Amino acid sequence: MVAGRGLGSRALRLYLPLALFLVGMLFPFYWMLITSIKPNRELYNARIMPLIVHQPTLKHYVDLLYETNFLTWTYNTMLVAVVTTVVSVVLGTMMAYPLARMRFPGAAVVAIGVAATYLVPQPLLFIPMSDIINRLELGNTLTAVMLTYPTLLIPFCAWLLMGYFKSVPRELEDAARIDGASRLQAMTRIVLPLCTPGLLSAGIFAFTLAQNEFLYALIFLAKSDVRTVPVGAITELIRGDVFYWGQLMAAALLGSVPVAVIYSFFVEYYVAGLTAGSVKG
Amino acid sequence: MAVRPATLARPAPLAGRRSTLRGVLEREGVFSWLMLGPGVLFLLAFVAYPFFYGIFLSLEDRRVASPGIFVGLANFATLAHDAVFWQVTRNTFVYVAITTVLKLTGGLGMALVMNQAFRGRNLARAFLLLPFIVPTALSTIAWMWILDPTFSVVNWLLVRAGVIASGYSFLGNATLAMGSLIVVNTWRGMPFYGITLLAGLQTISSDLYEAAAIDGATSVQRFRYVTLPVIKPVLIIVTMFSVIFTFGDFQLIYALTHGGPANATHVFSTWAFDIGMLAGQLGMGAAVALAILPALAVLIVGLTFYLRRE
Repeated sequence: MVAGRGLGSRALRLYLPLALFLVGMLFPFYWMLITSIKPNRELYNARIMPLIVHQPTLKHYVDLLYETNFLTWTYNTMLVAVVTTVVSVVLGTMMAYPLARMRFPGAAVVAIGVAATYLVPQPLLFIPMSDIINRLELGNTLTAVMLTYPTLLIPFCAWLLMGYFKSVPRELEDAARIDGASRLQAMTRIVLPLCTPGLLSAGIFAFTLAQNEFLYALIFLAKSDVRTVPVGAITELIRGDVFYWGQLMAAALLGSVPVAVIYSFFVEYYVAGLTAGSVKG
Repeated sequence: MAVRPATLARPAPLAGRRSTLRGVLEREGVFSWLMLGPGVLFLLAFVAYPFFYGIFLSLEDRRVASPGIFVGLANFATLAHDAVFWQVTRNTFVYVAITTVLKLTGGLGMALVMNQAFRGRNLARAFLLLPFIVPTALSTIAWMWILDPTFSVVNWLLVRAGVIASGYSFLGNATLAMGSLIVVNTWRGMPFYGITLLAGLQTISSDLYEAAAIDGATSVQRFRYVTLPVIKPVLIIVTMFSVIFTFGDFQLIYALTHGGPANATHVFSTWAFDIGMLAGQLGMGAAVALAILPALAVLIVGLTFYLRRE
């Protein structure tokens, strides 16, 4: 780096823009938080200074937990996210491994196919998919989303893991095979343990994507007791009357907590996953 | 894929290996396809099949719960004469183009700021990424309240500052509604650019900058001739990714405006949802969704081959 010219230059080039970015990116979360703990008389009075809370209350949280299906939605969301993450990481690993390390007929076609399926956006598929799910009679079941989420997650996991698998030196695997290990053993005992960071990245990424999914859940889950948090909040907490904003914000905040907690523990892996694909080249 | 130089170092097949079951399983081709099988079958059944089934549906007059009638390209012909279709097309391209420019420039700025050494940089990076990881539908709820017609905090600030006399109806006016969507999408997507470009910047060795500084390069010249060439591949990939996903954006628009007011913010995905799911015209809905395919296909094919080349 080139040396800055004193504190003034550093403030102008670093602290001021950094502060603007942080405020801009975090303000909506601050707004979520303070709205969720404001009493209604503060929320719906345009004369009261809105930037701070004058008399905080937990009423909206209590109402959310007792008067809505929020806990059921949370359970559904977690169940679906965990199941689809596990399935996708396992199948993604099984696809990425041969693509990254083996030579076999059809490898190029499959590799292009994986990249293309990753990039095909959901809006292109959801109408035919809804008809398929109806014909399978899976409407209003969590099975419907457990079957469809991996279509988004497997190609991503496979693609991310290919990079990690390629980075393990061949010699390690060869040595194990000379010692009598099968290909499967060489994979599970040598390569996969070395790629733990990649597996963690793929898992965390898949988990956040699964928590974020909205379109399939909206289409397939029309009954309240099978809904996920995003769909439940958008379709059931937004009602005709005015007095729901506190609850809505409480739901938005609580719904973000699982992702935020996992993210905060594994932020390095998340960033690695985010950048692995695009920065490698 | 590169030719492997290590082929010579691989073990010679053991005697008799190929005749036993284990020997067969150890063959590269057999092992590979056994591993690939489940994933490939799954993706064929739930991505490839729906994709082609969607093309088939778009050629039918097909309502929910009734058999379809083959109509050829009639759905597309109807769309071509529908003013709303062209409005939706324009909306989609405006939305994608403006958000991409904003996310790219803002993200590059974020990356350049974050590329300086300071205490708490990792923490700042974790916070800056939050908009990208929090479920979009949930963060959009916060934005709905920020943009509320009566209680918008933005209006409160503008009125207080004396900029305007009375508040805007951000989501009730065609231009402001599109502007609001663009702001929220930029807010959500900018960290993706920022953090990936930052990773790209961090691969640049400081020697390059020192050499350029010794040669008397100004900071603009250093950016133009040192930074930009190095991060160009990252820049291209991130932008293409983001463009593809912004084309497919659904939940942000659905949650914030539902395509309103009066179709002013409908994009292909939300309009296809209204036609296919709400009105139950599966054939026409599939046709609307497919209308983004030409633009997307160019991007997807381009990016797929660019990635394979890298």
